[in-house]
Amino acid sequence: MPNSASEAPGGGADSAPEAVPDAAPEDGAEYGPEGRADDGAAYGAECGPEYDLAVIGAGPAGLAGAVTASELGLSVALLDASGQPGGQYYRHPSPALGATRPEALHHNWPAFAALLRRLAAAEVTHLAGHHVWTVVAAPDAAGSWDVHALTGANGDEDRPGRVRARAVLLATGAYERQLPFPGWTLPGVVGAGGAQAMLKSALALPGRRVVVAGSGPLLLAVAASLAAAGARVPAVVEASDYLGYARRPGALLSQPAKLAEAAVHGAALLRHGVRLRTRSAVTQVHGSDRVEAVTVSRLDRQWRPVRGSGRRIACDALAVGHGLVPQLELAVGLGCTTRRTVDGTHALELGPLQETSVPGIWAAGETGGVGGFQLAFTEGELAGLAIAARLRGRAVAGEGRRSPRVLRRRRARLRAFADAMAAVHAPGPGWPQWLDDATEVCRCEEVTAGRIREAVADYGARDARTVKLLTRAGMGWCQGRMCGAAVACLAAQAQGPRRAQGAQPEPSPERRPLAVPVRLGALAALDEPNSPGTAEPKPTER
Amino acid sequence: MPTRHSSDLLVIGAGVIGAACAYYAARRGLNVTVVDRGPVAGGTTGAGEGNLLVSDKGPGPELELAQLSTSLWHELSDALPREIEYEAKGGLVVASGTEDLAALRTFAARQAAAGVTAETVPGDRLGDLEPHLTPGLAGGVHYPQDAQVQPALAAAHLLRAAGGRVRLRLGEPVTGILTATDGRVRGVRTPSGDLHAPCVVNAAGAWGGELARLAGVLLPVRPRRGFVLVTEPLPRVVRRKVYSADYVADVASGSAALQTSAVVEGTPAGPVLIGASRERVGFDRTLSVEVLRRLAAQAVRLFPVLATVRALRTYAGFRPYLPDHLPAIGHDPRRPGLLHACGHEGAGIGLAPATGQIIAALAAGDEPPLDVRPFRPERFGDGAAC
Amino acid sequence: MARDRSPAALVGAATDDAFEITFDGRPVTALPGQSVAAALWAAGILAWRSTRVGGRPRGAFCGIGQCYDCLATVNGRPNRRACLLPARPGDAITTQEGHGHAELGV
Repeated sequence: MPNSASEAPGGGADSAPEAVPDAAPEDGAEYGPEGRADDGAAYGAECGPEYDLAVIGAGPAGLAGAVTASELGLSVALLDASGQPGGQYYRHPSPALGATRPEALHHNWPAFAALLRRLAAAEVTHLAGHHVWTVVAAPDAAGSWDVHALTGANGDEDRPGRVRARAVLLATGAYERQLPFPGWTLPGVVGAGGAQAMLKSALALPGRRVVVAGSGPLLLAVAASLAAAGARVPAVVEASDYLGYARRPGALLSQPAKLAEAAVHGAALLRHGVRLRTRSAVTQVHGSDRVEAVTVSRLDRQWRPVRGSGRRIACDALAVGHGLVPQLELAVGLGCTTRRTVDGTHALELGPLQETSVPGIWAAGETGGVGGFQLAFTEGELAGLAIAARLRGRAVAGEGRRSPRVLRRRRARLRAFADAMAAVHAPGPGWPQWLDDATEVCRCEEVTAGRIREAVADYGARDARTVKLLTRAGMGWCQGRMCGAAVACLAAQAQGPRRAQGAQPEPSPERRPLAVPVRLGALAALDEPNSPGTAEPKPTER
Repeated sequence: MPTRHSSDLLVIGAGVIGAACAYYAARRGLNVTVVDRGPVAGGTTGAGEGNLLVSDKGPGPELELAQLSTSLWHELSDALPREIEYEAKGGLVVASGTEDLAALRTFAARQAAAGVTAETVPGDRLGDLEPHLTPGLAGGVHYPQDAQVQPALAAAHLLRAAGGRVRLRLGEPVTGILTATDGRVRGVRTPSGDLHAPCVVNAAGAWGGELARLAGVLLPVRPRRGFVLVTEPLPRVVRRKVYSADYVADVASGSAALQTSAVVEGTPAGPVLIGASRERVGFDRTLSVEVLRRLAAQAVRLFPVLATVRALRTYAGFRPYLPDHLPAIGHDPRRPGLLHACGHEGAGIGLAPATGQIIAALAAGDEPPLDVRPFRPERFGDGAAC
Repeated sequence: MARDRSPAALVGAATDDAFEITFDGRPVTALPGQSVAAALWAAGILAWRSTRVGGRPRGAFCGIGQCYDCLATVNGRPNRRACLLPARPGDAITTQEGHGHAELGV
């Protein structure tokens, strides 16, 4: 195995910009030579060829959509920020790590491997290392869309890219919902999904003794992976009450495969001596510069900590998360209609064939509501079929494929299961009682819970947006992705019962017109469109 | 007839203009209710950069308003907490060519004659004021009276400092203007009930035209969209508000088409703000890549060091635009009891205190601090002009 | 399966091609394809940035490029997401102070 930087796939030119102009697409080359060869077409002052379909996100939904559409004859560009396909769910070690058993950290590897084989056979232009920062209607081509992306592992290489397509499939996935608690900014406190991601892709653990906490089915999977990889997991702390499952037997029992998966995790945890504590939460992290221990408290039905129930558990890391939040920046920027999900996040409102409220913009996977990889595969395939039918002007079923009807039935079943699970794990209204006024809620701008409550109680903020204007919570690097859920909740609660009476309109999802930070030099270097409407000279130039 | 919801003055709009009206009215002893369909600073104010400028205004009524406001903001910076981020940092207008510079200097000389402090700066001394400014500019004019506040915090603290005489009713949209049989305004209707007051102030910013329509009068306030780019947090890279000379011409233009000129400034919180674009496209927030490209390119041209800096966010705001670029301030003779305080376009934060003082004086039946005839709301007639 | 469990052993990764990077001048071993954050974690380093306001230590949090808590100064360039950036031989990671742009201040 070569050891030099320039030969190591996945070795970012990022850290030494003078070495090679852009390294990320090298990773893509592995999965389809045309991905590399056509790469240049997606760049440059002149917009390259127009694709039928641009798919954003190469996780299960995006891969299924791209492969299906390509197999049905569409020209497809698949853009993804990562160097490798798979998204968060199928994150796996870079080829440079030479892992002979990447499936050891995955329970459903064969389905992914099958998709990768189809991807390799299909003529999909796979643009790895492309961070899409906005999608807009093409200013000079009616009915087309411009997908603007930044390149490089960190998205800060100079050359911006632009892909034009007649249809766009948003498969942008989700990120983890975080609820703050005292001490959660200490090094060693990491996202549960983050710990999983770092393990799956880079074989690294945040510590040797890791408490896993929060809520949601992901916690069991994370704990099982950490334990399998050699960490001690003294406890899995789950805020909800698994009894909730017993109250929703219908939807849950319809998915024996899902339940079996949970049972596999459960068995693995037993084998590693991991204890599951339900209706409990980490309410304090101890340590001065890094995690030394956590306090776990019992919760009542509202998720309020039960006084005097705190128990200290020694550990050197805490992996924490409260389910997933659909990643909607691009969709919201396009004006797609959203809906509130059962666990209080926003997801896209989709038509029966995965189209958003904006004609020509489609979505699949977590963007339409968190539902897991099987649902993502199903929706991606359905979207691929539907987009092909739309662009080719006729039905494309048959051809040895599952019909849209079958896929829709499957989708309905999986969606019902996901919603039942989300309802069980939805944050209880009492969680803000974990916070004292000194707890930082916004990690980027270091804004405390006390300041947020004050902005609402004393200064007339009523939603996450005005809290942001008055306190800077959510104005930093992450643009509120980590604190947004918490700030919205604190803003609503600090207004007292009037808000709870439903007199208020539903808060809309946050607008983040730049989905990722963009260097000003890269923005300035975008080519001018030949659009007479915007290129008018200044009438009063002196 | 007074009810338990009655006050002396009812202000529609909890932005900085409404807040200033409430503040100065309360100081005159009036009881004020401020009603807004959203939160404090949720509309026009929340999208503002917080400019308190004299530099971009030629001699005339708007400059007089700005000069009064400049001294009032200075007083307010003592009266209000530091959190409003008041900074008397000054403005620097730069010209790239000699023709630009000549025009700028002529403009500055007229301003100076009207009492504005304007100091010409030769091209080779610009770097003393702004070390990161690109070399080779022809020259500029320094305006030490220009200042800045954080607009949302300024509005929130003005309302709080107004004290117990001001009651806030947030999240309550005004759905109708109540009038007596003689046509006189006597309050407003909201979903949670009627609010009564002998004087109602339209401080609804970019939505002031709609509000006027509710009252049955014409006020052709229209949105003039602007995008702002906000960078990652930085140390002080830009000391003043720095903008190119063509900005003044853009502000004064009535064109609906897109205009952009470089406006760059630092903030106490760290990020650099980059403007300014103007276009009349209704209330459309859709991102325009072309506008962002131009803003970034112009900013990098002025400050090359910004090329490697990242923009974390961008947002669109809507300036409340009136066709003659002057706000509407004062009694509306077509609808007795209705006063207007809107249409300040991009200068509303700066002009807020003077506007508030005028409204408070008029509501109390006193003489306003300056001649308000140029701002009379009925000047656009009853039908045309929009 | 090896008795001494490790992530690399679990997935059968080759670890012979390890190389060196530095953190604040001290050597750290990284594996090909590993992110900067993962290499630091593997060396027991959890913080490589101090915050702008409180000067508090921070490192990787979300692990997937969303939270920007892992911003690092790599080879003199500040504000790079260590969880996304692949480590390369000889990379010099230095603890980033605040915004990381002190040299720009006027």
